[in-house]
Amino acid sequence: MLDSKVPGGPLAEKWDRHRFESKLINPANRRKYTVLIVGTGLAGASAASALGELGYNVVSFSIHDSPRRAHSIAAQGGINAAKNYQNDGDSIQRLFYDTVKGGDYRSREANVYRLAQTSVSIIDQCVAQGVPFAREYGGLLDNRSFGGAQVSRTFYARGQTGQQLLLGAYQSMMRQVERGTVKSLTNREMLDLVLVNGQARGIVCRNLNTGAIERYAGHAVLLCTGGYGTAYYLSTNAVGSNVTAAWRAHRRGAYFANPCYTQIHPTCIPVSGTEQSKLTLMSESLRNDGRVWVPKQQGDNRPPEQIPEAERDYYLERRYPSFGNLVPRDVASRNAKAVCDEGRGVGESGLAVYLDFSDAMGRLGIDVIRMRYANLFDMYTKITDEDPYRVPMRIYPAIHYTMGGLWVDYNLMSTIPGLHVLGEANFSDHGANRLGASALMQGLADGYFVIPYTLAHYLGSTTFQAVTTDHDAFREAESAVQARIDRLLSVKGSKTPRQLHRELGRLLWDEVGMARNEAGLRRTLARIPELREEFWANVSVPGPHNNLNKNLEYAGRVADYLEFAEVLTLDALHRTESCGGHFREESQTPEGEALRDDGNYAYVAAWEFQGLGKAPVLHKEPLVFEYVKPTQRSYQ
Amino acid sequence: MRIHLKVWRQANPSAPGGLVDYTVENVSREMSFLELLDLLNEDLIARGEDPVAFDSDCREGICGTCGFMVDGVPHGPDPGTTVCQLHMRRFNDGDRLTLEPWRARAFPVIKDLVVDRSAFDRIIQAGGYTSVNVGGAPDGNAILIAKQTVEQAMDAAACIACGACVAACKNASAALFTSAKISHLGRLPQGAVERHTRVVSMVHRHDEEGFGSCSNEGECEAVCPKEIPITNIARMNRDYFRAMLVSRHD
Repeated sequence: MLDSKVPGGPLAEKWDRHRFESKLINPANRRKYTVLIVGTGLAGASAASALGELGYNVVSFSIHDSPRRAHSIAAQGGINAAKNYQNDGDSIQRLFYDTVKGGDYRSREANVYRLAQTSVSIIDQCVAQGVPFAREYGGLLDNRSFGGAQVSRTFYARGQTGQQLLLGAYQSMMRQVERGTVKSLTNREMLDLVLVNGQARGIVCRNLNTGAIERYAGHAVLLCTGGYGTAYYLSTNAVGSNVTAAWRAHRRGAYFANPCYTQIHPTCIPVSGTEQSKLTLMSESLRNDGRVWVPKQQGDNRPPEQIPEAERDYYLERRYPSFGNLVPRDVASRNAKAVCDEGRGVGESGLAVYLDFSDAMGRLGIDVIRMRYANLFDMYTKITDEDPYRVPMRIYPAIHYTMGGLWVDYNLMSTIPGLHVLGEANFSDHGANRLGASALMQGLADGYFVIPYTLAHYLGSTTFQAVTTDHDAFREAESAVQARIDRLLSVKGSKTPRQLHRELGRLLWDEVGMARNEAGLRRTLARIPELREEFWANVSVPGPHNNLNKNLEYAGRVADYLEFAEVLTLDALHRTESCGGHFREESQTPEGEALRDDGNYAYVAAWEFQGLGKAPVLHKEPLVFEYVKPTQRSYQ
Repeated sequence: MRIHLKVWRQANPSAPGGLVDYTVENVSREMSFLELLDLLNEDLIARGEDPVAFDSDCREGICGTCGFMVDGVPHGPDPGTTVCQLHMRRFNDGDRLTLEPWRARAFPVIKDLVVDRSAFDRIIQAGGYTSVNVGGAPDGNAILIAKQTVEQAMDAAACIACGACVAACKNASAALFTSAKISHLGRLPQGAVERHTRVVSMVHRHDEEGFGSCSNEGECEAVCPKEIPITNIARMNRDYFRAMLVSRHD
């Protein structure tokens, strides 16, 4: 049985009590502990700066050429916090409730409550760092509303909130680099985790610029490496985002939890052409002022301005009168798919719906809309060559975020002692569906406010053997990494990693995407090993290994997707209920909404690796709801 | 469309480089410029040749990873656009384009179109932050900040550190990058505390890294994908002189 280590006591007091009961490390002793932090997004950069400030010896690793480029930078809309600055009924309790409900009752109550509690401090910290959050004319912080909530609790910096929060964390981290507490190693890709006596004691990386395989030892490892959405090939993730670090840790014994919980974001720019390398998100905040519609008639291919009001179906407003266009992401995405499946989709492919701002522009004036969304509208114009000030945007759902991730306990520690997992890379806070503006909140909560306490407790209560990188475990890990690289280079086949990745992605999108069923999932499970075999028989990885070789990096990541996809599909197959982003066609209400099965599936599914081609072992962490009573989620 | 490319190929930092000709067929108007290079690389990889190395990540113009010269212009011909957001509809069938990496002493070439921009991190390290630790921050609404002030700070904070400003400058100056961070923080009350020490240490680090001086020609502003104005540089210079006068008495 998995022990979540949730502290006792009333929900609101658990975190305070836990902090008091946790061990501390004397300031003079902190520099004797080396903490390896992999990834420099919001979770990694905030953890590096917070731990560096405390005096730990931090080594930070990034696959990018600068820590500031991590994909958190692309988050547009905002960050939630229970400040109740708007006097509109918000509270820690309400943010907690909205998040548990939004996650379709598949998250851990105590974690979510702590997240809501720390949200308040995050805003203060970011303001102090100089994050230019939007302000009202009187000088107070401004808020906007976001999907899945009826209060305005989202703080934002134009449409570049993720960028500004990441720069705040990055700058704090660089301050520690200058002070010598943090060492920043860029262009490093973690390719294996090193365990000594069962504890995570180091990593093996490849220096992406020189090809050198490097070993690093420490007392704890923090994985802050993001999600696995790029397994689907086309997603809103950056092209460099990948599952490799998490997957390598999983192979070393860290359980992978709820991989089938993937978030498909409703407002992305539709696919065009076959060579497209990624999809672009249009912030959910657009749904505040944009109205979603399709023609009432199938196959109505008149231009949008020629379709009279009476012949338009504002289907979200019609079906969900109380939330309207602001229903949560999973609901909005499924409805978009449903109207397109009915043949009412728009655009050339028929795989798009309109997001129309004409009402808001009439009501508020074009200048207000420009002030709120100019950069998003510009981005849309650059990509589609259409002007959303004049014609409605066309949008369609795309893979965006992954709620699943490595299993962690309340202390953010995985099933491997010493291996902590933060941010999107863990599974803990969002259940089966994440609410908008909550990813940034979680990344920063984990890094600034949770890990400094829980890591100290781990370090203070653990006995460490002296370990250097000469230890056999490092030698073994390095030779395994080298052997794999050699193998990739030696195939010399005729298919590119991208071709194989695209093929896997199409398979996953069709069968493990917005709607899943048993037959399709079984087909996928049969197909993945064939694709993997084809990869290792026929992939082409030319060029040098001892130099920058992006295709070699990419090939290694694709090889990992081809392993990871199996547990993703298996998890989706085993969970016969629908919940949040996981929609099983066999389990729906008469209205077509996701139908949960709390009697059988109110648990976290954590998978233990048994070797490639062998079925992983399922471990269950029962979810107990003491404070929020699970009900059929309704946004009507 | 068919596009002819001359691409700078350089195997490693110490190897001599040169322009190599390629022709890419079946280019569609919807493709981004980087997807054109993807297409070229797919072909090279399938033939067992070393693909062209270029940086990119978010491919939506916000991470600052991508960037190279297209016919001598950083990020290509469209104003306010990173090369990942430049689309092939901008070009015509049969066009000939030359692609080169950023050229600057402070940005050594790593391979092909990829350069080392770590000098930017070291400039930030010198003072591009507010010195506040986690934990002691006052309430976010404790300091009132005029909307206009925040908007101006945000205009400067929008810099993505791509390096186009350096590549466009005949002196390879990073004054626009450095001044954008100084303006972002200096305009806000939170950053005002360290305004003088910050500008001095960042400007000195900028010079130590081997970037040249600003001679006010404005090429940087013209190519900046985030359209950050050179008035930031003027502001930095004023701050610097003021700080030098003040700090002599410290």
